[in-house]
Amino acid sequence: MSFFLTSSPFIARRLFLGRSGFMLSGAAVALLAGKEALAAGAGAADPRDVQILNTALGAELEAIAAYQLGAESKLLQKPVLDLAVTFQGHHKEHADVLAKTIEKLGGKAVVAKATYNFPVEQLKSQADVLRFAAKLEQGAVSAYLGAVPLFGNRDLAKAAASILGDEAMHWAVLRQALGEVPVPSAFMA
Amino acid sequence: MSRVGPLIAGAAALCVAVSAGAAPDALRGEQLYARCQACHALAVDRVGPHHCGLFGRLAGSVPEFSYSPAMKNSKIVWNDKTLDRFLAQPLKMVPGSTMTYDGVQDAKERADLIAYLKHVNDTPECAKAPEKKAWAKKP
Repeated sequence: MSFFLTSSPFIARRLFLGRSGFMLSGAAVALLAGKEALAAGAGAADPRDVQILNTALGAELEAIAAYQLGAESKLLQKPVLDLAVTFQGHHKEHADVLAKTIEKLGGKAVVAKATYNFPVEQLKSQADVLRFAAKLEQGAVSAYLGAVPLFGNRDLAKAAASILGDEAMHWAVLRQALGEVPVPSAFMA
Repeated sequence: MSRVGPLIAGAAALCVAVSAGAAPDALRGEQLYARCQACHALAVDRVGPHHCGLFGRLAGSVPEFSYSPAMKNSKIVWNDKTLDRFLAQPLKMVPGSTMTYDGVQDAKERADLIAYLKHVNDTPECAKAPEKKAWAKKP
C-alpha cells in the first residue's frame, strides 16, 4: 500500500518512517566519516576532501531552505506535507554530519545564506512544489555521484554515497507522488 | 513551463548547421542539465553561479557571487572549447574550484549540454538573468 493513498497522515508518516529504518543514522555516518580523520589528526586532512564536503554542505543547506519554502507555501496537503518535512529533516541530518566532519578535518563549514533565489513565482500548486523538489533531489544525486570518486578518503566517499542513496530515494518518492515513473532508469549519471 | 517547443526548433536549426550524426542535441542537453540543478540555475545564482549569459563571460566574474580564488584568478573566458574542457574534468582545469564534480566524461553529452546552454541564452527565462537586466538598463 502506498503511503500516498492511506487516509491517515499519522499512519502514512509511521509507514514512511518505519520503511526508512534501514538507512544509516546520521550519527553512524558521522562516525564512518570522522573515524579516520580523527585518528590521523586534523592536519592530515586533504583540502580537496574538505572542499567537496563544503560544496555538498552548501547544497544541503539550500535544500533545507527549499523544503522550508515548500512547507510554508500552503500548497502542500497532508500527507505530502509530512513527507516534505521528513525529507527536510534528512537534509538537516546530512548538513549536520557534513558540518561536523568539515570541522573535524580542520576546515570551516559554510553557513546557510541569508536568502536563497527560488522560483517562487513558478510554484502555484502542490505539483509545482513537488516537481521543484524532485529537480533538486535529482541534481543532488548527480552531484554526489560526481563527488564520490574525487574523495581521497574512502570513508568519506562511503559516507557521501550513503547520502546519495537517501537523496535518490527522495527523488523516486517525489516522482511517485507526481504520478511519474518513480525510477526512470537503471543507472544514474 | 516546458521549453520543449523552442528547443525542438533550436535543435532542428543546429541539425541543419552540422552533419546529422554529430549534431549537438540541445533537447538532450536540457535533460542532461538536470544533473547540474543541485547547484546551478539558469537565471539565478545558487550554490554555483547562474548560466544565462555564460558564453563570452570571464570566469569568476558574476557580481556578488562568491567564487573560489582559483576560479576568480583562472582568466578563463567561457566558450565552446573552454567549457568542453572544464565540463570534462573541472578540477583538472581549475584545481581549487568549488565545483567538486568528477565531470562529464562523454564528449557528446558535453556537446549537448553546451548546445542547450547556448540555446537557452536566447529564451525568455534568461531575460530574467542579472546581466540581461543590466543590459536592459543601458541606453
